Amino acid sequence: MTDRPRVALLVTCLADTLFPDVGKASVSVLERLGCEVMFPAAQTCCGQAHINTGYQRDALPLVRGFVETFERFDAVVAPSGSCVGSVRHQHAIVARRFGDEALAQRAESLAARTYELSEYLVDVLGVTDVGASYPHTVTYHPTCHSLRMLGVGDKPLALLQAVHGLQLVELPAAEECCGFGGTFAVKNADTSTAMLADKMSAVLTTGAEVCAASDSSCLMHIGGGLSRLKTGVRTVHLAEILASTEDVPAGVA
Amino acid sequence: MSVAPQGRTLLPVVAHAPRGVGHLRGDESFPDAARGALADTQLRRNLGHATATIRDKRAKVVGEVDDWEALRTAGKAIKDHTMARLPELLVQLEANVTAAGGVVHWARDATEANQIVTRLVRETGSREVVKVKSMATQEIALNEALADAGITAFETDLAELIVQLGDDKPSHILVPAIHKNRAEIRELFARTLPGVDPELTDDPAALAGAARQHLRERFLTAKVGISGANFAVADTGTLSVVESEGNGRMCLTLPETLITVMGIEKLVPTWTDLEVFLQLLPRSSTGERMNPYTSLWTGVHPGDGPQSFHLVLLDNGRTAVLADETGRETLNCIRCSACLNVCPVYERAGGHAYGSVYPGPIGAILSPQLTGIEDNASLPYASTLCGACYEVCPVKIDIPSILVHLRAEHVEAQRETRRIPTPEAISMAAASWTMSEASRWEKAQSASRAGRLLGRKRDRDAGRIARLPGPLAAWTGARDAPRPPAETFRQWWARTRGSRS
Repeated sequence: MTDRPRVALLVTCLADTLFPDVGKASVSVLERLGCEVMFPAAQTCCGQAHINTGYQRDALPLVRGFVETFERFDAVVAPSGSCVGSVRHQHAIVARRFGDEALAQRAESLAARTYELSEYLVDVLGVTDVGASYPHTVTYHPTCHSLRMLGVGDKPLALLQAVHGLQLVELPAAEECCGFGGTFAVKNADTSTAMLADKMSAVLTTGAEVCAASDSSCLMHIGGGLSRLKTGVRTVHLAEILASTEDVPAGVA
Repeated sequence: MSVAPQGRTLLPVVAHAPRGVGHLRGDESFPDAARGALADTQLRRNLGHATATIRDKRAKVVGEVDDWEALRTAGKAIKDHTMARLPELLVQLEANVTAAGGVVHWARDATEANQIVTRLVRETGSREVVKVKSMATQEIALNEALADAGITAFETDLAELIVQLGDDKPSHILVPAIHKNRAEIRELFARTLPGVDPELTDDPAALAGAARQHLRERFLTAKVGISGANFAVADTGTLSVVESEGNGRMCLTLPETLITVMGIEKLVPTWTDLEVFLQLLPRSSTGERMNPYTSLWTGVHPGDGPQSFHLVLLDNGRTAVLADETGRETLNCIRCSACLNVCPVYERAGGHAYGSVYPGPIGAILSPQLTGIEDNASLPYASTLCGACYEVCPVKIDIPSILVHLRAEHVEAQRETRRIPTPEAISMAAASWTMSEASRWEKAQSASRAGRLLGRKRDRDAGRIARLPGPLAAWTGARDAPRPPAETFRQWWARTRGSRS
C-alpha cells in the first residue's frame, strides 16, 4: 500500500460542478495505473477565473485555500492545463502582490509538484499506453495553457496514439486558440465567436467524430458551438478517452 | 520647453500621455469596435491572408537560426539592463549626439514634441517635410500638428502613403495598410495620385512604381526630413533606422535638415548591442534574414548628408511605464509586430479595434500604460491569454502576465474610485466568499442544479441549455451551455468512496 504513488486530485470547480465524468475518469485512469487517489474535500477553486479577470484580491483566499488543502500531498494532479498553469505561474504572484511572501513560497513549493494529467502520466509514471480502448476517430485540440504555459508538448498525443482502436486525425491550425479565454468569451463575445467558428471549421474538416482536449473549459466552448450548429461532432476530455476500456467503454466505473 | 534630466532622476515623474493630443485612445471600447470589424468580410479576408503570410515567413527564417533562443535571451537582457539604467544612458546619448554636432531636445509629452518639431521646421522656412515611417510621430499625431501650422508632411513609406492618401488610420505597426488589399489600393491610387496612369493595374510592382513616381519629386525637393528611430546607441550617439523600401535612406540623407523623434526607450547601451537586435528585428518583423536598408548616422558631417540634425526624445507616459516593476518590460519592445501577426484576436478584429496606433498584444499592454488604465480600460481584456505573443516576442516580453497585471490594476483602481462596486465586482467577491469554504461551495453547487430546469425539454434531454439568463446570455448567443448534472463529482465521491480523504 505505501509503495503506491499517492496523488491528490484537484478536480477543478468546473469539472466538479458541470463535468463530473471528467473527474471520475481521472480517478479511474490513475487507479488503473496503480495510484492511490485522494480527493481532499476542502478543495473548491484554484482562483484562475478571479486572477485572469483582475480580481487578485478576491483570489487571495482561494490561493491560500488551495495551498492549505493540498500541501500535505506528495503530488497533485488536475485534468486541466489552465488550472495547473494558474497554480504554477500565478499563485505566487497573487500572494506577493498582497505582501504574503510566506504564502508565495509555499505556493511555489506546491506548484512544483502539481501536474496536469498528461504530464503526470507520462513524466512521473512514465506511461504512454494506459491500457485504454476507444474505437473512434478523434482529433485533438492542444489547449493554449497546456501548450504554452506548461509546455506539455505532444504528451497528450502520445497517450492518444497508444489507445487501442483510436484513430487520431491531425487538427489543422491546432495550436491556434479556440477563443474561450475565460471571461473573454462573455466580455468579447463577438471575437470569441469568430475564433470559435474557425476552430469548428478546422475540427469539421478532419472528419473526426470526437474533438478531444485537456481542459473542460475549452471543451465547453468548442462543444457548445458544435452542439448549437448540430454538427454531429462531440467533445470529450482526454481523461475520459484514457479511462475507456473494452469492458467499460464509458470509462466510468 | 525642453526638460533636461541632468542632476535628477526620471523615476519620480509618472505623468501619463495627456488627453486631447495624439493617437493613443480610441472612440469606443474594444468589444464595440471589434463588432464592426468582425462583420467586414473583406477585412477579415485581407487580415487572414496577410497575417498568415507574414507568420509563415517569420517561422521559416527564425527556424534557420540555431541560436535563436540565445539571441532572444540576449535581447531581453540588453533591454532589461537599458531600462534599469535609462536616465544615465539618455544623458550619455545626449552628450554623444551633441558632441557629434546634433541638437537634443527633451519632450515631456506629445504636445511638447509637436511644438518642438513645428518650431524646428518653421526655422528652416520650409512648408513641406518628407517622413520616414515612424510610430512615435503617429503616436503624437505630428502630421496633424504640422498641418495646423501650415506645414505639409508627406509620408514616403508605401503603406503609410496608402493610409495618408486614403485619409485612413494605420492598423498594424509594420504594415499600416494591412487592412487593404491590392485591388483597394489600385482604386485609391487611381483616385488620388496626380497624373497616375489610368491603365494602372493591381500588380504590386505597378502599384509600387506609381508610388515611387509620385514620391521621387518630394525626395529631391524636400529640405526637411522627419524620422523615428529603431535604435539609438548611447555610447556613440548613433541613430538607426531599418527599412525595406529605401525611402528611409532618401529621407535620412537628401534633406538639409533631419529631425528624429524617438521614444526614450529606443536606446541600447553600446554599438555592439546592435548585433543582437539587427538579427532579431528583421526575422521577427518582415520575416527577412536581413532588412534591405539599415541606415546609421552619428551627428552631422560637412558635405555629407543633412547639415542640421535634431533629436527629440519623447517621454509621453514612458516614465510611468518604467516606474511599474511588472509593466516595465513593455518598454523592451522593438516594434517588430510579430505578436500582432500571431494573435488570433488581432487577426480577426484588426488593428483599428484597438483605438490606439499600437494595436495587437503589445498595444493592449502599451497603450493603457502610456495613457493610464482608465483611458484604455477595455484593452487588457482584449486577449484570451493564449500566449502566442509571448512565444514569438524577440525580447521575451511576457505579454500575457502583463495583461493579467493590468487587469488587476484596473480592478483595483475601480475599487478605489467607484462608490458602488460594479455588478462584476460584486459577483466576483461573492464567488470568492463562497469558494473560500467548501461547505458554502457545496451549497452553491446544489443551487446551480436549478439550472437543470432551464430551457426546453428536448434540450434538457440532450444535456444542453440553449439560452442562459443575464450576462451569461452572451455565452448562449453562439453556444449551447451544458445542463448541470444530477450529481456533482464531490457528491459521487462521497457516495461511492465514503469519507476517504
